[in-house]
Amino acid sequence: MVVLYLSLMVMLPLAAVVAESTSGGLSAFWDSVTGAQSLAALKLTVICSLIVVAINAVFGTIIAWVLVRDDFPGKGAVNAVIDLPFALPTIVAGLTLLTLYGSESPFGINIAFTRVAIVVALCFITLPFVVRAVQPLLMEMDREMEEAATSLGAGGFTVFRRIIFPNLVPGIIAGILLAFARALGEYGSVILISGNIPFDTEVSSVFIRSQIESGNVSGAASVSVVLLAISLALLIGVSLFARSGVHGEKRGVFARIFNRLLSRGGGVGP
Amino acid sequence: MTPTKPAKWGLRSLALGYLGLLLLAPVGMIFYKTFEHGLGPPIEAMTSPDAVHAIYLTLLMVAIAVPLNTLFGIGCALLLVRHQWKGNAVLDGIINLPFAISPIVVGLSLFLLYGNDGWFGPTLSEWGVQVLFSTPGMVLASVFVSLPFVVREVVPVLQEIGTEQEQAASTLGANGWQTFWRVTLPAIRWGVAYGVVLTTARVLGEFGAVTIVSGSISGKTETLPLFVAKAFEQFNEEAAYAGAIVLALLALTTLLLMSIGGRKTKAQASGPIPITGDVPISTSNAKEGS
Amino acid sequence: MGIAVEGARKRFGDFQALDNVSIDVPDGSLTALLGPSGSGKSTLLRAIAGLETLDAGQVVINGQDATATPAQKREVGFVFQHYAAFKHMTVFGNVAFGLKIRKWDKAKISDRVHELLRLVQLDGLAERYPDQLSGGQRQRMALARALAVEPQVLLLDEPFGALDAKVRKDLRTWLRRLHDEMHVTTIFVTHDQEEAMDVAEQLVVMNEGRVEQSGTADDLYDHPANEFVMSFVGEVNRLGEHFVRPHDMEVVLDPDERTEEAMVQRIVALGFEIRVEFVLGDGTEVWAQLTRSELQKLELREGQIVHLRPGQTKSFNGDGSSPDRQGASTPSGGQGGDDAEVSAAV
Repeated sequence: MVVLYLSLMVMLPLAAVVAESTSGGLSAFWDSVTGAQSLAALKLTVICSLIVVAINAVFGTIIAWVLVRDDFPGKGAVNAVIDLPFALPTIVAGLTLLTLYGSESPFGINIAFTRVAIVVALCFITLPFVVRAVQPLLMEMDREMEEAATSLGAGGFTVFRRIIFPNLVPGIIAGILLAFARALGEYGSVILISGNIPFDTEVSSVFIRSQIESGNVSGAASVSVVLLAISLALLIGVSLFARSGVHGEKRGVFARIFNRLLSRGGGVGP
Repeated sequence: MTPTKPAKWGLRSLALGYLGLLLLAPVGMIFYKTFEHGLGPPIEAMTSPDAVHAIYLTLLMVAIAVPLNTLFGIGCALLLVRHQWKGNAVLDGIINLPFAISPIVVGLSLFLLYGNDGWFGPTLSEWGVQVLFSTPGMVLASVFVSLPFVVREVVPVLQEIGTEQEQAASTLGANGWQTFWRVTLPAIRWGVAYGVVLTTARVLGEFGAVTIVSGSISGKTETLPLFVAKAFEQFNEEAAYAGAIVLALLALTTLLLMSIGGRKTKAQASGPIPITGDVPISTSNAKEGS
Repeated sequence: MGIAVEGARKRFGDFQALDNVSIDVPDGSLTALLGPSGSGKSTLLRAIAGLETLDAGQVVINGQDATATPAQKREVGFVFQHYAAFKHMTVFGNVAFGLKIRKWDKAKISDRVHELLRLVQLDGLAERYPDQLSGGQRQRMALARALAVEPQVLLLDEPFGALDAKVRKDLRTWLRRLHDEMHVTTIFVTHDQEEAMDVAEQLVVMNEGRVEQSGTADDLYDHPANEFVMSFVGEVNRLGEHFVRPHDMEVVLDPDERTEEAMVQRIVALGFEIRVEFVLGDGTEVWAQLTRSELQKLELREGQIVHLRPGQTKSFNGDGSSPDRQGASTPSGGQGGDDAEVSAAV
């Protein structure tokens, strides 16, 4: 039953995409993918996603640290708000960002229809990943380890770099991988704010949509297969990393964090 | 690590500043924009026939996709955790797929299956079943994107509770079905509830996949997120903001339920609260007992 | 009658948990399965309950072949080490579970549950949830739950393992008394030899998936079948091929032909009992168990050179390097164990 449901709901549709992408032969597939416009969109998507995960790796770690080790009034509320991007429909996210950072911005910051806008939108929707991956690791971390380091003469920054940070690495990596997968496929939050200008601010998912609308379904399917392949590679990489373990004892931690992240509602947004 | 005061303040303001600019300010802004001219305009916008139908359709998606994925989720989690077989690794991987796939690709895949030139489309339309640009297609899209949530929530809870309670039930004479209803299901109920909340949130807000398969026909195949997008594109800002507020409020409710559910599942997973100071029992009384 | 296991084998992957195990548990007895972790004792217990299926062999409960009977039809009461309490049910609900499954009527269930809760001294706590109980209380609830269905046999898997020492001791005494009243055939698993000797009438010592020896506590202590049993049941010193109990080590100040020179390394006072640690000329470390008055008589100091006269020793190789002699200090002398040879030489 379970397998049947999964096949009907997930596998069959995906098979249709793969079949359609190669319906004109492999060369047609290749031409669609390497077409100037689709290549520009792919490049933009990947570069923006890389920038975004880098930003959120840094800020996510800082936010997690502040949420675990710092104490201030309203911390509980801030902690709850972190999940907002998981809960908020992406079209609403896009709309809110456009309202604040668009032409009518009360701050006078107008980034609408620029590449910066794409980065901001993707930062918004992928914010929780690293925070939620790092937070439990910080909470479980043995404070005595840090105290031992301090007693051995390590200063604050050294303790962070040599003791805390290495223990957070599995969480950060798990968060980055999932955030990257999510950013690659994002559609709803980008569509309003990016302006969708071909060769400039058109990301892959928007490009696929425009191809469907202009009737070039197999072209759309070809680019989809590329996105699918990247997602699949990420997922397989993640599970290989979690299972065989590059990081020795850290691999258990990684698997656990990864599972927790997925269960928190990760993945590609509405 | 106990950093110095300035360092602590620096980190705190950095974290809160980022959150403020990225999350709170935009969401606050949309509330301001909606209610700028009072309660009248947003209420009016949300009571138009198209808006009402969009809300109805969104709720219909929830009413169909959530129960389906809940049933599937519990069954699949049991299969993954309680039955060790070779297909588990593959099954586990496939379940994560909807998390990693662009919603646009999901939409396209359904389009290719059920469209006029699709694999099943022509046959189904011969039978008079229209999937694409109507409710069934939108349900399929919603099911696809929200499929993993219940599984992902229930799997760790099932692992956590272990099999001892189930074994205890079987030594007490319970068969498989009785054990499931009386022991397993009550033990995983908070995990299931949390999964249902996440599934609901996802279905409520789904945009990319539905946008492709629905055709976005006002008053017919338009869910609330589609309504918001279309209103905005047609410069009907009032309706767009009002719709966004409805969705944002639903999201905030979800968030509230999430933090409650998260606490419940955590409390459940952490097991019994150890009570120190065991009461010694008087061994002499045992005799009189029976 | 009682429980019999014949030729049980069970393998988990590469690990042979049970290797041709046969045991016989008399009707109404209280038997301990004793062994280190990984010895197969829990697997054997779970196989009797039907929670594991055997690769080979059979389980007979009260004369009926139960090998193919599923757990829920075996009518066994099973108590788990970590209680396996149904966390979402009250104490009442937990104890009533088996009766509800058997579709008893409500009034009868209530009577039976309260009777059992009185028996395990939890009658005031019926409406509590397991989370609100202490470990000892939870374990008694689990016991009441297992007994409620009037099982043919009661199986307990390290029932006191998760409790602290004091509670453990209380529950031990209490379990024995309970058994004296109920006379239900009971098997419990433990890795604690003192617990096994304290509670059980019959002990089955297991190691590496095999039964090493079974018998009463005295049998095992006085006539261990092999080196493993000797060192697992009770303390032991090893002197070359020979084994000697610490209380059979006599400390004397003047040497004779049966003594060996030793230096007092450390004197540990454990209340009435004194543990004196020695090092022999060849570097072997041994210890002797003395009473307080013996120590005072000898006036031992750390660093002192004394002489040790081992009393009854045992060797299990059969090649007894020394003639069969009784040590002078051996009180009554014992007959040799099954395979053991009694000698008194160093």
